[in-house]
Amino acid sequence: MADPIHQFEIQKIFSLGHIGNQEIAFTNSSAYMLGAVGIIGLLMIGGSAGKRLVPDRMQSVAELSYEFVANTMRSSIGEEGMKFFPFVFSLFMFVLTANLIGIIPYTFTVTSHLIVTLALALMVFLTVLIYGIYKNGLGFFKLFVPHGIPIYILPLIMVIEIISFLSRPVSHSVRLFANMLAGHITLKVFAGFVTSLSALGALGIFGAVLPLAMTTALTALELLVAFLQAYVFTILTCIYLNDALHPGH
Amino acid sequence: MATGQSKSGTTAHSAADGGHKAEFPPFNKDTFASQLVSFAIAFALLYLIVSRFALPRVGGILATRQAAIDTDLNEAARLRDESDKALKAYETELADARAKAQAIANDVRDKLNAEQEQLRKSLDERLAAQLVEAEKTIAVTRQSAMGNVRAIAAEAATAIVERLTGSNPNAGAVNAALDASLKG
Repeated sequence: MADPIHQFEIQKIFSLGHIGNQEIAFTNSSAYMLGAVGIIGLLMIGGSAGKRLVPDRMQSVAELSYEFVANTMRSSIGEEGMKFFPFVFSLFMFVLTANLIGIIPYTFTVTSHLIVTLALALMVFLTVLIYGIYKNGLGFFKLFVPHGIPIYILPLIMVIEIISFLSRPVSHSVRLFANMLAGHITLKVFAGFVTSLSALGALGIFGAVLPLAMTTALTALELLVAFLQAYVFTILTCIYLNDALHPGH
Repeated sequence: MATGQSKSGTTAHSAADGGHKAEFPPFNKDTFASQLVSFAIAFALLYLIVSRFALPRVGGILATRQAAIDTDLNEAARLRDESDKALKAYETELADARAKAQAIANDVRDKLNAEQEQLRKSLDERLAAQLVEAEKTIAVTRQSAMGNVRAIAAEAATAIVERLTGSNPNAGAVNAALDASLKG
């Protein structure tokens, strides 16, 4: 049976140099990242090239992406949060495109690697932290002191708030990573059943119908998950950024 | 890319390990640095593309469309107001014209009535004058006829008396007799 883990392997294409002892290589992951960036660039810039008043398909997709992220941000952060729009839009489109590319058979899923999702999540975390302190000064730490809490349980609440704040990048990154990883392993396992069963002859081919149907259904589910996880990642980013803008809540 | 991956198959697995214990790829620390570097490059590139070119352009398109829609809506509202105004003006004009027509009709009727009245009056006067004239003529005619009757009666009486008596009666006696009989 095909190895369900094989799809996650990083393969070096060529070396870029060394940092210390660590080799920096251009890998299949790098290629897919740049591919995702290329697709997004093509969609957004190519789609908007016509500047049509009545959009065609490509332009419609570009406008829909724009308005989807813009509306999500407006409803969760408000108009003043729109200075983060390019950042949030980049995050959403990067995660969504990487997820969607990963569903195509034989491709590599960038977001199935914890280091990438962690980098994404830490980027959000540091943005919140740095911008929050830059904008609110020490007032940012009011984030850990909720209003209307009796003074005798305040220390406990503060500890909980700080721990939950610090664990944000972990949950933020692991959620996306685990979803993509688990989904792709499941897909591969069921698809593996199809090939191994159909190798058993006529009865096996008949029996392979079931895992084939399952694989098809799972692919549809994975499409949903790919979009949903990108959306969840984005909306959490918005909620965290909202804390940086309004730490008083 | 895809064919290269599939061709390498299961052998690539052991080859990639390079003698290490087989490690779950997402947790293989040797690949972290490469991935972080490529991620940083890719995301920086994406951010640049998105913030410099893509979003301003798409945002511009959306703003242009919104402006066009607003302009068109305002234009439509303006045209509707205009047509409303025109309708109102038409209605007032219609009412004016109707009132004017009424006034003209009244005028004409009054004038015709007055003229007719005048005509009738003058006719009446003329008729009355003619009547008076005619009565006068009748009176004159009767007067003269009555005068003639007296002369004829006097003549006849004189002739009768002459035939009966053979003598001519005097005029005074005849007149007295005539007056007496005319009175009776």
